[in-house]
Amino acid sequence: MSIQDGKTTMPGKLITVEGLDGSGKSTQIGLVKRWLELEGYKVFFTEWNSSPLVESATKAAKKRQMLSPTTFALIHGTDFADRYERQIVPLLHAGYIVLSDRYVYTAYARDTVRGCDPVWIRHIYRFARQPDLTLWFRVPVDVSLARAVGRRPNLNYYEAGMDLGFSTDRMESYRVFQTKIHETYERMSHEFPFHIIDATRPAGEQQQEFRDLIRDQLDLSQYIRPHVPTEGSP
Amino acid sequence: MTATAGVTQRAYFGAGIPEINLSSLRGRLIVIEGPDSAGRSTQIRLLRDWLERRGYASAQTGLKRSRLVGKKLQDVMQGYSLGPLTFSLYYATDLADQIENVIVPALAADFIVLADRYVYTPIARDVVRGVDVRWIEGVFGFAIVPDVVLYLDVKPEVLAERVLGNLHYLDYWESGMDIHRDGDMYASFISYQNLIREQFLAMAPTKGFHIIDGDRDAEEVARELQKTVESTIDLP
Repeated sequence: MSIQDGKTTMPGKLITVEGLDGSGKSTQIGLVKRWLELEGYKVFFTEWNSSPLVESATKAAKKRQMLSPTTFALIHGTDFADRYERQIVPLLHAGYIVLSDRYVYTAYARDTVRGCDPVWIRHIYRFARQPDLTLWFRVPVDVSLARAVGRRPNLNYYEAGMDLGFSTDRMESYRVFQTKIHETYERMSHEFPFHIIDATRPAGEQQQEFRDLIRDQLDLSQYIRPHVPTEGSP
Repeated sequence: MTATAGVTQRAYFGAGIPEINLSSLRGRLIVIEGPDSAGRSTQIRLLRDWLERRGYASAQTGLKRSRLVGKKLQDVMQGYSLGPLTFSLYYATDLADQIENVIVPALAADFIVLADRYVYTPIARDVVRGVDVRWIEGVFGFAIVPDVVLYLDVKPEVLAERVLGNLHYLDYWESGMDIHRDGDMYASFISYQNLIREQFLAMAPTKGFHIIDGDRDAEEVARELQKTVESTIDLP
């Protein structure tokens, strides 16, 4: 497999969402997935840190606080590469709409905030193609913080950015960490074609905007799932 | 990755690891490369004996040995499902963890670190699988440039004989079965090992490898390794 720059001739479409924990992006992309499935389109959903070949190692390492900024970056890159090689690329070739909850921008943000060389981080992900559509669910840090903490009162060490030494208080560390991530997204929004969603608006309105964007940018008739004969049919 | 092994000033291949200051590392990093059954572990044992006899403490490291992902990577490779990019990044994760937790502490304590393979094996494996060499070399930009790289060169036919004599089977990955096209597993092993060997021989001049003929008596190979180490690096 060679390195790809930019778009390719794969017939599928890649749609990614980015945003802070608690920005609502996962709920929104989950609803889009349900909508496309129910309408009978070829759709596949993948999320950050979920490769069956890597994820259990990452989980164990996080629990035992074994990750440095460098190994944190590399293990997440490995997880992404596995999903990219075995799922995202083949499915795009097969004409699927691939929905990705977080993409390379998450690594660009988190790993550079952790102090890794930004050129190196981008280099690691050079094999990844540009998405066809990226939505940034933009929300003030205080709002996402309240949502994220309400949902998971026991933030883990790395989620809270405790490895960075901003503060010994987990909540305070999380706030500083998330603020820095937010600033990085802000800067990236000038560099990459992020479609910005105001994630403080009612969830239903955000969903309509998301669906309108997809209808607008994709000719959905090209992604209709072919009829597959069920077992026992003549 | 233009850096060449054997330089006196300690350096990274690329941006390195932000928290680690190289100037405090006074030990030496010796890399032994070469295919399976080339005699790497025997030679590392003999090299270690030789160093210890002369009063130098040594530490050992090697691919797939990190606490972080070593065991998991070994397990995953049994499933034969890693793509080339994933393979490299997994190896990179494994090596980075060992650099931080084994190699750097040992170098800081003036140890001689003997590495049983290093960045060059994953690079060669990827290049024969069509991955862009600039990408894979850049990924390994966190790694420390070794003081000397010793490549144990053994012809694939000789290797096959040794492997089959010891294990009575050929390893899936070492036979390049994931990129295999025609013929049986033996044919695949020979052609794959030839491709890897060509990569190493091509890298040798630019990266400063010492090519050691591994198709000889172990004691004879050991003497040449010792001579090479003595003449290329200044033992502290």
